[in-house]
Amino acid sequence: MLELKKIKKQFNGRTILNNFDMQVQDNQITTIVGPSGAGKTTLLRCISGLEKIDSGSFVLDGKPFDPANNRDNDNVIGVVFQDFQLFPNLTVLDNITLAPQLVLKQSKSEAEKRAQELIDQLNLTGKEGLYPYQLSGGQKQRLAIVRALAMNPKILCYDEPTSALDPDLRQTVEDIILGLKKQNMTQIVVTHDMEFAKNIADQLVRVEPIKA
Amino acid sequence: MLHYVSQILPSLLSGAWMTIKIFFWTLIASIPLGILASLGLTSKIAPLRWILKFYVWLMRGTPLLLQLIFVFYGLPIIGIIFQRYDAALFAFILNYTAYFAEIFRGGFQAIDPGQYESARVLRLTRGQTLRKIVIPQVIKIVVPSIGNETINLIKDSSLVYVIGLGDLLRAGNVATARDVTLLPLVLVGIIYLLMTAIATYVLRKVEQHYRAWR
Ligand SMILES: Nc1ncnc2c1ncn2[C@@H]1O[C@H](COP(=O)(O)OP(=O)(O)OP(=O)(O)O)[C@@H](O)[C@H]1O
Ligand SMILES: [Mg+2]
Repeated sequence: MLELKKIKKQFNGRTILNNFDMQVQDNQITTIVGPSGAGKTTLLRCISGLEKIDSGSFVLDGKPFDPANNRDNDNVIGVVFQDFQLFPNLTVLDNITLAPQLVLKQSKSEAEKRAQELIDQLNLTGKEGLYPYQLSGGQKQRLAIVRALAMNPKILCYDEPTSALDPDLRQTVEDIILGLKKQNMTQIVVTHDMEFAKNIADQLVRVEPIKA
Repeated sequence: MLHYVSQILPSLLSGAWMTIKIFFWTLIASIPLGILASLGLTSKIAPLRWILKFYVWLMRGTPLLLQLIFVFYGLPIIGIIFQRYDAALFAFILNYTAYFAEIFRGGFQAIDPGQYESARVLRLTRGQTLRKIVIPQVIKIVVPSIGNETINLIKDSSLVYVIGLGDLLRAGNVATARDVTLLPLVLVGIIYLLMTAIATYVLRKVEQHYRAWR
């Protein structure tokens, strides 16, 4: 379980998150909703260590946890970015296996074997040798998910997973997220799409804008 | 005429060899130095940034010919003496590093900050991120501009003429003055064209290599 305790985050003196509390239960889907500019992306960036918090604390499985300074390969927080941020210079397979090889020190064949399982599971079979520009939006997103999963994250975070896609792909994203839940993946999903949030959520967390 | 060509060709080729040496060493040194300088230009350390900005401004704002004359004829006045060849290389490397630094700075700035972030959540180190993700993308962006400068460098190398270095142009000019014929200069032109053609071909291959992805 990940606990957020009294998290405070400011940008240039403007408070975005103030004494924010939240609990992310294992193997569940926690959705974060709220109006535009409320601080949903900021919250996700704090959880994944891309932003430093000003005060408050994180507790992961009962132990203090600093996402911004976490080098423990058993406590990876994976992120699927809104614009995916795939590596354009690497093939689908290399996008997936780069970090497991360099960071988790997996051998090339080990990393590729695991990658292939995930590729098949997320319906990217046959795309291994393509470059990101040759994929559709939905395929890009699935690659981003596979790339994050290959690092065996403890928690997988998504920022607006439906926003960059055609509306008819929303169902696919739902299916993927619910499918990963069945495999006991803990997931945090930021979205402003209430219906989507309700369809997948075990827990719904609201982030409200703070009045100046 | 063929006889005459075979007579002057050795001296032209030895001049061409000097031109190639200057071209080659300038390129080999200025590209890595340019990458380093470009990292300095975007560094958080303000004094380093100022010094490098001043250096780039100076090198790009004054003629290479002046820099060459300054190094070879000027610096000895204050006791710094270079051999002709060393003076030429020194001035060329200093000058081209500044141009390459600007080109690479633009390349680094064109990289989406999200690329660094996604590398970071995958736990790549800074060095791994630069090597595997950022530098390949930067190279793809800068290859055309680096290519232009490379072609310029072949032609600029003839400026070493003023410090009396025996390059291709000098070899041709000497023969023309001695034998009162245009032929050596025409041959010089042809050899330059050959060199730029080869460079263009190599550059096109490099560009093609990077065209596999976007
Ligand atoms: N790096 C930053 N520097 C300064 N202000 C920032 C920065 N990042 C975000 N903000 C501000 O913080 C507030 C919250 O932004 P955030 O992106 O977290 O909102 P959001 O809830 O994700 O909105 P949306 O639904 O539009 O994506 C906004 O007012 C934004 O302008
Ligand atoms: Mg957002």
